[in-house]
Amino acid sequence: MSTTDPTATTADPVLEVADLNVQFPTDDGLVQAVRGVNYTLRRGEVLGIVGESGSGKSVTSLAVMGLLPGTARISGSVRFQGRELLESDDKELSKVRGRGISMVFQDPMTSLNPVYTIGDQIAEAIMAHHDIRKDAARKQAVELLDLVRIPHPEQRANAYPHELSGGMRQRVVIAIAMANRPDVIIADEPTTALDVTVQAQILEALRTAQQETGAAMILITHDLGVIAGQADRVLVMYAGKVVEAGTADEVFYTPRMPYTLGLLGSLPRLDVKTDRLTPIAGSPPSVVNMPPGCPFSPRCPLAQDICETEEPALEPGPNPDHLGACHFSYRVEGHEPGDLFSEQADDATPLPAGTNEGEARR
Amino acid sequence: MPDHTKSDIDATAPEVPETKGTGEGTTVAGPSRTEREFTVAERSQAQLVIRRFLQHRLAVGSLIVLLAVVLLAFVGGALWKYNVADITPDESQPPSWEHPFGTDAVGHDSFAQVLRGTQISLGVAVLVALIATFVGTIWGAVAGFYRGWLDTVLMRIADLVLTLPLLAVAAVLGDVAGGSWWLIAFIIGGLYWAYVSRVARGVVLSLREKEFIEASKALGASDLRIIFKHLVPNALGSVIVNATILVAIAILIETALSYLGFGVRPPDTSLGLLVSDNQTAVSTRPWLFYFPGLFIIIIALTINFIGDGLRDAFDPQQKKVRA
Amino acid sequence: MLAYALRRLLISVPILIASTFIVFIGGALTANPLNQLQARNPPPPPRVLELERQRLNLDEPLLERYWNWLIGLFQGDFGPSVHSNLDLGSEVIARFGVTFRLIFLAMLIALILAIIVGVISAVKQYTKLDYTFTFFGFLFLAMPSFWFAILLKEAGISFNNAVGEQVLYTIGDSSVYVAGGAWAEFTDVLGHMVLPTISLALLSFAAWSRFQRASMLEVLNSDYVRLARAKGLRRGKVMRKHALRTALIPLTTVTALDLGAIISGAVVTENVYQWRGAGSFLLESIRNDDVYAIQAWLLISATFIILFNLVADLLYGVLDPRIRYA
Repeated sequence: MSTTDPTATTADPVLEVADLNVQFPTDDGLVQAVRGVNYTLRRGEVLGIVGESGSGKSVTSLAVMGLLPGTARISGSVRFQGRELLESDDKELSKVRGRGISMVFQDPMTSLNPVYTIGDQIAEAIMAHHDIRKDAARKQAVELLDLVRIPHPEQRANAYPHELSGGMRQRVVIAIAMANRPDVIIADEPTTALDVTVQAQILEALRTAQQETGAAMILITHDLGVIAGQADRVLVMYAGKVVEAGTADEVFYTPRMPYTLGLLGSLPRLDVKTDRLTPIAGSPPSVVNMPPGCPFSPRCPLAQDICETEEPALEPGPNPDHLGACHFSYRVEGHEPGDLFSEQADDATPLPAGTNEGEARR
Repeated sequence: MPDHTKSDIDATAPEVPETKGTGEGTTVAGPSRTEREFTVAERSQAQLVIRRFLQHRLAVGSLIVLLAVVLLAFVGGALWKYNVADITPDESQPPSWEHPFGTDAVGHDSFAQVLRGTQISLGVAVLVALIATFVGTIWGAVAGFYRGWLDTVLMRIADLVLTLPLLAVAAVLGDVAGGSWWLIAFIIGGLYWAYVSRVARGVVLSLREKEFIEASKALGASDLRIIFKHLVPNALGSVIVNATILVAIAILIETALSYLGFGVRPPDTSLGLLVSDNQTAVSTRPWLFYFPGLFIIIIALTINFIGDGLRDAFDPQQKKVRA
Repeated sequence: MLAYALRRLLISVPILIASTFIVFIGGALTANPLNQLQARNPPPPPRVLELERQRLNLDEPLLERYWNWLIGLFQGDFGPSVHSNLDLGSEVIARFGVTFRLIFLAMLIALILAIIVGVISAVKQYTKLDYTFTFFGFLFLAMPSFWFAILLKEAGISFNNAVGEQVLYTIGDSSVYVAGGAWAEFTDVLGHMVLPTISLALLSFAAWSRFQRASMLEVLNSDYVRLARAKGLRRGKVMRKHALRTALIPLTTVTALDLGAIISGAVVTENVYQWRGAGSFLLESIRNDDVYAIQAWLLISATFIILFNLVADLLYGVLDPRIRYA
């Protein structure tokens, strides 16, 4: 298969997303879920996308798969191996889905159809793209179950989803994702719904899937800890936009956007001695009828007048491949999270939980 | 610190339109800062429900139509120049200014009859909804709250009632009880409470797992207090929605029962009885047959739409799932 | 599963017996089967009344009367009717035979149409078609079934007049005499069934299509349907194999729960079309204070409902592997 083509260089793009916009008309107004997202995924690499819920990271990947509901307004370009997907019809897209790009969803408890055995559901994925008989597909399904380390795969293939734990189900979903040796695997918060103890195993299974198939992977998460050690490059998303992009090392060690720095500050670290974590105060903005200016400015310790009127562009810094969207990115560099996000957040709301009561009480 | 916990409770309580529980909180609360929050939270909850209902155009339109029908039946019926029993010299007249819904072969004014029938049918339906909701809510709430063997026994009985052909049972009872409208209402309400009890039980089962119930228990509140201060106000949304829809069901049951001859009986009348009396007139004097039927449809249809609007207003989350 | 079915049946028997007890006592205390006889003019001699009292077991104490009825039941005896020459057992079964014909056909048609309309409505959500279906769904739900049945009957008469031939029968469940053998008899029965079936099917259709729409919408928005699409399955196949298959399961429960209401509806429908089915049997029995006949009617319909619910529960278990019968 093309994925293992030795002549392919690492710089060879397999998926290019350009100026992607997604909007949903609702009763309350136009929801601008994704606003001008650009990225390129190279063959075999792992791209991490980080952001809070509502930042548009999941919508971006569903747009790539062509799985958004009919009400969504999508513009821009999604090119897979040079082919424009946004203009493809359902028949063409069906050939790409599962075989070219496959996907692992967030909640393994609801991702599998409760009325079919897991063996059948994996075999179905194989048979969707290959003209083989059912028993042959079932045999491959058992091999895949073995590959994602499900014990006694022969018996388990006959099990129904409700007979498996959440971690086991997510392995089944990963087996489905790798069944047709895709070029891209999109994992949308694959560990969020699971116990912390199984998260590492699932990441391990994803790694196996990626290496086994030679696919590139997009790892979407709100948890920087999941990205660290997995991703080659990282995109940070906020309010439907990419606000920082670079290699994992660059983003982790020399962030150029205050939001990224804040995310890092809310993460426990073993290598630096800190007394307490520094949360980001406030909650992400509503993406309905957004005001002008930088969407992070209400929560930003560096915010000046310009931030309220002018939304900063995603621009390269000293390193041309490391992009950041901040008027004052030069001031972010070289700071520790605690320097900027001091103990100002007295009631320490956990980061992603931006609820109404939280606002009302403040 | 206790104040903080209390405010958490009130903020997380779902769909509390206007409850005694929160109202009491305002008088107990110490610092003025928290007090203000209570009143703000409370008012916005009730306002939210009303605002969301008003956004539901179909439901608001239905409410206006239904109110018009109710006014027409009760106020118009009292003011109208003819009474139900009046026999006019006009026989078998089609609708005119003198007789908007025409007259029957004897000379009865059909408009007066339809208005009287609407009064009775609406009265029965509302009484049925009240009885069934009252009995069913208590029945289901007790079952869901105490669980265990009491739950099993209570719900078995409700299941049994649910599976019966209730209209047939009502006919048997209606034959014995005679034709007074409030007895008919008691019979129908006494059979249809089982539907409400299932809904109420489900709501209570899910509510009793909520933290504010646990908290209240931990503070040593009695069962009665928990039921009346916490469960009932929080289940109110579902109960109101179900009671509304029950009115629509009840009006269809009553008319069917009266049609069969075991509901409201002459000399009084109901919409179902009017249809029954005039079923042979459908081709010769169609106005006698169409108008009572039309009133049944208008009432049942508008109430269903209002119920739908109320459900969306009380529970916007559910709408999102359905949408 | 067999053990579960047997256990359910065994639990049902005492419930059934308990409810017959309540109905029997209630009926005996409120209704007087001698009413008709006593009201005759000239009044029958006391000797006749006394004999009738004995024939109807009214001289026995209440509990003994119930016990004898229960024992007789196991020997196929449903007790004495006020019509002295009427065997209640064979009569009630024959009448229900006519009614079940109507009920089954109406349910079948209502189910098929409800599934089709509900699924189309969900797939084409918020289109003109969906709004049209929704409008008619609400309209039928608000329409009194007897009123619609009378209208339909009238329409059938007009249709016959227009065609100049009796195509649709509007009175009775079959003709008294049909010439031309079995096929002619079959078409005759069918001709009698068309309008009542439509009348009876309408209400269930309206409720079930709304339910099926909601159920289908829920499944269509589910993660597993999205995953099935992400596997590369075509839309049509996902609809059939993943969405429809799963969305049908809850309908079995609803169908079974609605059976009581459908039997009630059949009573009304039969009354409009003047069928000699279980509906008219019940109404006559009530009017005649024929307590044993009422008892027989309620017993048969309750047994039927319990069995039907059991079948629906078992079917649910077959369709949904999550259900385990312990």
